[in-house]
Amino acid sequence: MSLGMLARRVAHLLVVLFCVTLFVALLTSMLPGDPVDAISGFASQEQKDQLREDLGLNDPVPVQYVHWLGKFVRGDLGNYYSVTGSRPVMDRVKDALPVSLQLMIYAQVLALVIAIPLGVMTAYRAGSRFDRGSNATAFGLLAIPNFALALILAYYVGVRAGWLPVQGYVKPSQDLPEHLRRMALPTISLAVAQVAVYMRLLRSDMIATLQEDFITMAKAKGISPRRVLWRHALRPSSLTLLTVAGLNVGALIGGAVIVEVIFSLPGIGTLLFQAINARQYVALQSLVAIVAVGYVLVNFFVDILYAVLDPRIRHARS
Amino acid sequence: MIRSRRRVAPPPSGDFTSTNRRLLEVDDLKTHFRTPRGLVRAVDGVSFTLDRGRTLGLVGESGCGKSVLSRSIMGLLPSTADRSGEIRFGGIRLDELGPKALRDYWGTQLSMVFQDPMTSLNPVMKIGRQIAESLEVHTDMDKDQIRETALSLLRSVHIPEAERRLNQYPHELSGGMRQRVVIAIALACGPALLFADEPTTALDVTVQAQILDLLGEQQRERDMAVVLVSHDLGVVAGRTHDIAVMYAGQIVEMAPTRTLFAEVRMPYTEALLQSAPRVENPSHTRLAVIGGRPPDLIDPPKGCRFAARCPYVQPRCREEQPPLIEADTPGHVFRCWYPVGTDKGREALEKNLAAELPQAEAAVTGAAVAVEAS
Amino acid sequence: MPDRDSRDLVDLADIPSLAPTSTAAPVDLVSAEGGTPLLGRKARQGKLGVIGWLSLGWLVLISLAAILAPILPIPDPDEQTASLARQPPMTDGHILGGDGLGRDLFSRIIWGARASLTLAVCAILIGIVVGGLLGLVAGYFRGRTDGVLTAVFDVLLSFPQLILALTLVTVFASGEGVSGSRRMIFLILALGVVSVPVLARITRGSTLSWAQREFVQAARSIGARNRLIMFSEVLPNVLPAMFSVALLGVAVVIVAEGGLSVLGVGVQLPTPSWGNIIAEGRSDLTDSPHIVLWPTFVIFLTVFALNYLGDVVRAHFDVRESAL
Repeated sequence: MSLGMLARRVAHLLVVLFCVTLFVALLTSMLPGDPVDAISGFASQEQKDQLREDLGLNDPVPVQYVHWLGKFVRGDLGNYYSVTGSRPVMDRVKDALPVSLQLMIYAQVLALVIAIPLGVMTAYRAGSRFDRGSNATAFGLLAIPNFALALILAYYVGVRAGWLPVQGYVKPSQDLPEHLRRMALPTISLAVAQVAVYMRLLRSDMIATLQEDFITMAKAKGISPRRVLWRHALRPSSLTLLTVAGLNVGALIGGAVIVEVIFSLPGIGTLLFQAINARQYVALQSLVAIVAVGYVLVNFFVDILYAVLDPRIRHARS
Repeated sequence: MIRSRRRVAPPPSGDFTSTNRRLLEVDDLKTHFRTPRGLVRAVDGVSFTLDRGRTLGLVGESGCGKSVLSRSIMGLLPSTADRSGEIRFGGIRLDELGPKALRDYWGTQLSMVFQDPMTSLNPVMKIGRQIAESLEVHTDMDKDQIRETALSLLRSVHIPEAERRLNQYPHELSGGMRQRVVIAIALACGPALLFADEPTTALDVTVQAQILDLLGEQQRERDMAVVLVSHDLGVVAGRTHDIAVMYAGQIVEMAPTRTLFAEVRMPYTEALLQSAPRVENPSHTRLAVIGGRPPDLIDPPKGCRFAARCPYVQPRCREEQPPLIEADTPGHVFRCWYPVGTDKGREALEKNLAAELPQAEAAVTGAAVAVEAS
Repeated sequence: MPDRDSRDLVDLADIPSLAPTSTAAPVDLVSAEGGTPLLGRKARQGKLGVIGWLSLGWLVLISLAAILAPILPIPDPDEQTASLARQPPMTDGHILGGDGLGRDLFSRIIWGARASLTLAVCAILIGIVVGGLLGLVAGYFRGRTDGVLTAVFDVLLSFPQLILALTLVTVFASGEGVSGSRRMIFLILALGVVSVPVLARITRGSTLSWAQREFVQAARSIGARNRLIMFSEVLPNVLPAMFSVALLGVAVVIVAEGGLSVLGVGVQLPTPSWGNIIAEGRSDLTDSPHIVLWPTFVIFLTVFALNYLGDVVRAHFDVRESAL
């Protein structure tokens, strides 16, 4: 990719990051009423004034922003305020982030592992009963709300059948099998909706690819249909899928938050939930910042990846 | 050399085993496609034979069924196609083979070169791998042997810097080189029969001759039989032993090449010959065009299919479909009631000229005329 | 060659199913459907089949139920009867039994339709009106206007949708003493804001392609004012695409409200919504799963119907378009 294109994308990235962080930075000042009251209503007047100063709420907007941004970049994510004192948000984020990342990665991998063969098979047998059945199932699965699915799985698989645990988390370094057992239901809940989307996407790309000349040529070489499918047809068809999988991280994040809460996994989602319930607005602000910035960066890298992979394909297919 | 239907005596060398050269026999091949609009009779009763080391040119306009014919013989048809008729390849009934057995023939005994090298090569796979694949699947060679074979294949199709090319992708090569690669892939396992489906149509004129020369050279070296499909008479003119002219799913004339050009009988062939631009003509000579369009393959007319556009047409032509009959020269068959170069034909043409039939006038003057297809 | 040249006819970014060249993709809201097959041949042709009519019927049914809830002969959704708590369906004439606090589940689900559907429809209406307008303007005028507007859409789409909605509702409508109606208003606004960029991009894409057509040039050439052209010529052709996405969007918002309820910032209790019934029912899942299962089933049917009809609408106009 040319330097010019890269520069434009980086510029775009910076603009977006600026707007996103600006919005988040100003969240606390957007609270209705006096933000400080909302954050720590129980504190004394002196403490409140001090807090107002600390949070930069007395400063004009640009200063507030720079102030906040400086702290954020240095890892100072603010504090939890309670009657007994304040604790840094970063401490809890450090432990929570890996949990959330694991959940999302597992879900994405599981979804792809299931969706890719299904997509290939249904494309190959387009129009057959298997194909129509799979499509109908995918369509149906998309209609189940993810939180409800999580609850239902938790109930039937976890509680009634007792096959898998429905609560809590164990670190992989501590006990790998148990870690996997606890992550199983949350991962499945999150992956199911993605499977339906990916499968249908891959299927439609594959069907288009299978009509291309080079597939007929490959067949004419006498190689088996399986080889034609997997070694010739899959790669060109998978580009859109991989890109969508990358960009789908947004849906994955939203879903992960809910799934974490339902299965009591100590990830960023749970922290978010707790911050909301406890009205810890400063913590909320930092958590949202982490999630938003992370998402923007992921999108950026996927964009670059697509552009890197794409020109060759685009050129070849033109 | 030619297999005709019904009314004709069998060709002189009736005993096929004595001449081991007979490779392919096609008997009454029909390929129909099931579509929402009806049954498209793309190939409607084609018969011919082909010997080793011989090239058969298959000529006709777009939609006449020549490409479908090649694929029908190979068996590369979609599931919406119904095929009937007998195909004998070296004594084996190809039409009776199941998909798995057929795959053993593809690439090894039967091969195909497709029209557009840009789309017939996998854009995300290296050239070397695409060549090697046939070898991997059909032979027991190890990696090094395969690589050596691939290299020698590339060299035999005259691709310079073969080593470098192995690791390149299709889009890094020019059109002509890509087609050479396609040929190399088709020849990798040394097939006995090669179908070249419009191999030069997508290439520059300057490159066309090179590719055709290459095909001829390979054919001689390997003693292959080749079916060269083209809509361009110029392509098949100097490079084939025999030519079959197809129209609306049927063979309408077939002859040794020289005979076809010298003693053309079927009016459609004549029209094709007339419409080919000639270097000798002065500049700005109007190109002769065959007016009208080919008939609907779902519901073909009951008489001769070319009747609506034929300068020699007579009432009988619209009623009865002419069968393939032998001409004076052995090995020449054609399908016409009032053939070119005969008294009957001349009379028919004069009658039409007198009646001021537009297509007759056009044929004589060589001007373009719009004729409604019936 | 610039890849986001506003002179491009149709920006790939605006077709949900194709990977966009910008940093955000409306994949969440429109589940990457474009071009993928539908259930059944009738649907592919853009006609309502059996399933289509059933879907339509269901939607009409629950809409009517929602509208007529106050006059329907059903128990008070807020009335708690201790003996009814957690009772299974068909107890004492209560069709779906009771929820955790002894309220009639059937009644709550019907009243929940009121909240969920109102919320979803209003939010998408905001999306259509604001997003549609902005998209129309961006696609019609292009150039600088388009550049600025697209940047705005991009920034909005840079937030994970649920997180943005969550943040807005939490910040503005979740403090002490926040009233149910304030919460509802901000839910609508938040989900509306989230759907604006999605609908804007679809509209923009559609406008870009339609505004190039000859009849628009013709209108311009006779001196018609831009506003007139936009609304009378371009808009009618853009509406079908928007409508299809809108149907899908309503489904997404219904589900999103559920997610927000689980996180504590959905429709404010005691007012029922499908989402908060499920959220409340979590704690009784082991003993009384029906509290969670029935509203889930209702959401499932509704989302299914909306998705199906959305696809049929899109196919219908695609078919018509390709016949042009």
